[in-house]
Amino acid sequence: MNESLFINIIIGISIASTPLIFAAIGELLVERSGVLNLGVEGMMIVGALLGFIVQFHTGNPFLAVFAALLGGMAISSIFAFLTQFLLTNQVATGLALTLFGLGFSAFAGRGYTEETIVLIKAIHIPVLSDIPFIGPLVFSMNPLVYLAFLMVYLVWWFLFKTKQGLILRSIGDNHDAAHAIGHNVVRYRFMAILFGGAMAGVGGAFLSLVQVPIWGEDMTAGRGWIALGLVVFASWQPFRIILGAILFGGITVLQLHAQGFDIRISAQYLSMLPYLATIIILVSLRIRLKNKTNRTVPNCLGRIFHSTS
Amino acid sequence: MNYQLEVSNITKSYGDLKANDTVSLNIKDSSIHALLGENGAGKSTLVKIIYGSLMPDSGEMRWGGNSYSPKNPFEARENGIAMVFQHFSLFESLTVEENIILGLDGVGLNQNFTDEILKYSKQYGLDVNPQQVVGDLSVGARQRVEIIRCLLQNPKLLIMDEPTSVLTPQEVSDLFVTLKKLAADGCSILYISHKLEEVREICSEATILRGGRLVQSCVPQDHSQKELAEMMIGKKLTELARSKINVGSEIFSINNLSKKSDDLYGVDLENINLTIRQGSIVGIAGVAGNGQDELMELLIGEKSSGDGVLSFNGQDVGLLGSHERRQLSMFFIPEERLGHGAVPDMSLDENMLLSRPDSSGMTSSGVIDWSSVASYSEKVIDDFNVQTPSSKMLAKSLSGGNLQKFMVGRELIRNPELLIVSQPTWGVDAGSANNIHQSLISLADNGSAILIISQDLDEILSLCEQIHVLSEGKLSEAVDMKNNGLEKISQLMVGGES
Repeated sequence: MNESLFINIIIGISIASTPLIFAAIGELLVERSGVLNLGVEGMMIVGALLGFIVQFHTGNPFLAVFAALLGGMAISSIFAFLTQFLLTNQVATGLALTLFGLGFSAFAGRGYTEETIVLIKAIHIPVLSDIPFIGPLVFSMNPLVYLAFLMVYLVWWFLFKTKQGLILRSIGDNHDAAHAIGHNVVRYRFMAILFGGAMAGVGGAFLSLVQVPIWGEDMTAGRGWIALGLVVFASWQPFRIILGAILFGGITVLQLHAQGFDIRISAQYLSMLPYLATIIILVSLRIRLKNKTNRTVPNCLGRIFHSTS
Repeated sequence: MNYQLEVSNITKSYGDLKANDTVSLNIKDSSIHALLGENGAGKSTLVKIIYGSLMPDSGEMRWGGNSYSPKNPFEARENGIAMVFQHFSLFESLTVEENIILGLDGVGLNQNFTDEILKYSKQYGLDVNPQQVVGDLSVGARQRVEIIRCLLQNPKLLIMDEPTSVLTPQEVSDLFVTLKKLAADGCSILYISHKLEEVREICSEATILRGGRLVQSCVPQDHSQKELAEMMIGKKLTELARSKINVGSEIFSINNLSKKSDDLYGVDLENINLTIRQGSIVGIAGVAGNGQDELMELLIGEKSSGDGVLSFNGQDVGLLGSHERRQLSMFFIPEERLGHGAVPDMSLDENMLLSRPDSSGMTSSGVIDWSSVASYSEKVIDDFNVQTPSSKMLAKSLSGGNLQKFMVGRELIRNPELLIVSQPTWGVDAGSANNIHQSLISLADNGSAILIISQDLDEILSLCEQIHVLSEGKLSEAVDMKNNGLEKISQLMVGGES
């Protein structure tokens, strides 16, 4: 395999996996707080649309990404309000959020399906980016790719190195006990859900601002669901999100290149792989945890917190 | 006299119900003060007000002489009030150290707390390992973690809500040593308990509540256990006595039961033999964790015990599930109320129906007759004095003692031929415990057989004619009570040979 093909594949993988990293790391924090938000797909598509619209009108990529972030947050705040204050079922509410996001974006984006925008470019650092091999791989990625990796680190740091992160994890483990010692369960969860929305929004915007310069209905094409699977795949550990996203993203890229190499394996089989891997991870996690205290799956995941005192 | 905490005329209502009605309580410096009362007497409400989780409707508190009205637990902790909860507020998936840091305000993760924890651990004899995951700890160890968490806040008042209800006798005496040392070091303790002998042992004052009102403040040593209990319930306790012991033919037997535990920390049962006759009450004494849970699972039918080891009325029941056993008139009251004994998120009516055999008359051709179900649950609520607004309440909304009363009543009104019960009065106040004991006795008087598995030795001694001891998965022969019986039981309980 020649060098430039290898570099192309790596860049392709990074482009394919970045939206997954954003969406999954946001959802990971949400689930660590004990909330299951199945609305990732819906939040992503709203982010994709808003990012596209703002980029189309202003041409300012910062504003575009920021708009996507706010859009994801806004739509997740609906979920947060319903589940945290009105105590609705999280699974049903999350599914509704996905359906709402898909429908809303298709409706609001009608006028933009024929338009194109200027994509956000990969960075070019003089000298560094020109180093053979290393330069294109390390110093010439899209800025959002670096941001995704930074977010993973920040979430890890927050969860395991700060008191607030410990409190958030404790709320996911036992919300009644956390409440009893005086921590505000609803506030932490609300914030976590908003963060999850923001990350899903940016992940969605990556699709319309970096991958393709167009807006299309349903352009997230199930990536929100893969992100949800990734959180389980990562067994709620932030850095494993990167591993999983590269694996899942890699499979997508391999599908394209496999055809080029004339490898005869049906694309459907490759598409199944991420999901198959998630199931295998789930089973092996369970086997490993047998007779041991579960330290990864948040015990309160999906459970409604209702303060009684 | 200096008071650390003065509570005057606190009133708190929920709708029409006055949970606290002009209650007053004064706690002296460096003293252990008991708060006594039945389930629903308003102890928890009062404590929550002191700890800032609830705001009173009226009344005032003074802390160290200054006006005190905490709006949340943070403020209470800032003032030096700490609390150990009845249902431990620990996080199973976190380590001991992480758990302790969580309960401390203004402490970050960067500080190394291990030494601090070990210091208190040593000073007060509270044995813990900071790096262990809490989910792997015993109940007693978890409580030690909670206490250390409180001590790190240098409290002037430590509130303990029924601290001994889940401990073994050894753990209880260790705890008392710790508490006395704490009081001597200047930390007052508000000690909430049903166990009057404990209160008489370690508390210097007691405040007694009944129905949300203050009954009396007294020195517990000036009164007998019986007097204290009568103040709590406001009426005379019935003396427990079997009117007639009419032992009939053998009804249930366990024959050479051995079973390896599936659980890593479980106890293997070894060659257990037991015979129960009609009309008799048989007790199995022993310290928790000696195979009680494992034995109970097999007796209930949650796990299969295999062929030929359990026989009920001559029929081999070892392979039957618990529902099938109930059809044969074997009934059970498991220890764990939420989860084993009742479905937490279902109403009392639904829980009533779930444990009924098909022939109970609550269903016709499989369709539920809700009014019949409700009449049964209301009968239990009345007969066993369960404090609840209605039988439509969720099981988890009842306090532990109240739910226990409901579950005992639910099985007793069926007049089972055989009742197997684990810890019948765990967490239940004296008046209701007396009531439950009385009901068990009259059940046996009418010819039913009862097997009681309990850690409460007094309970076993006052009810049972035939007493066995379970130790390290082995069951002793029936102890001959005439000949130094008590001494023999104690020896067997700590694992000695008889």
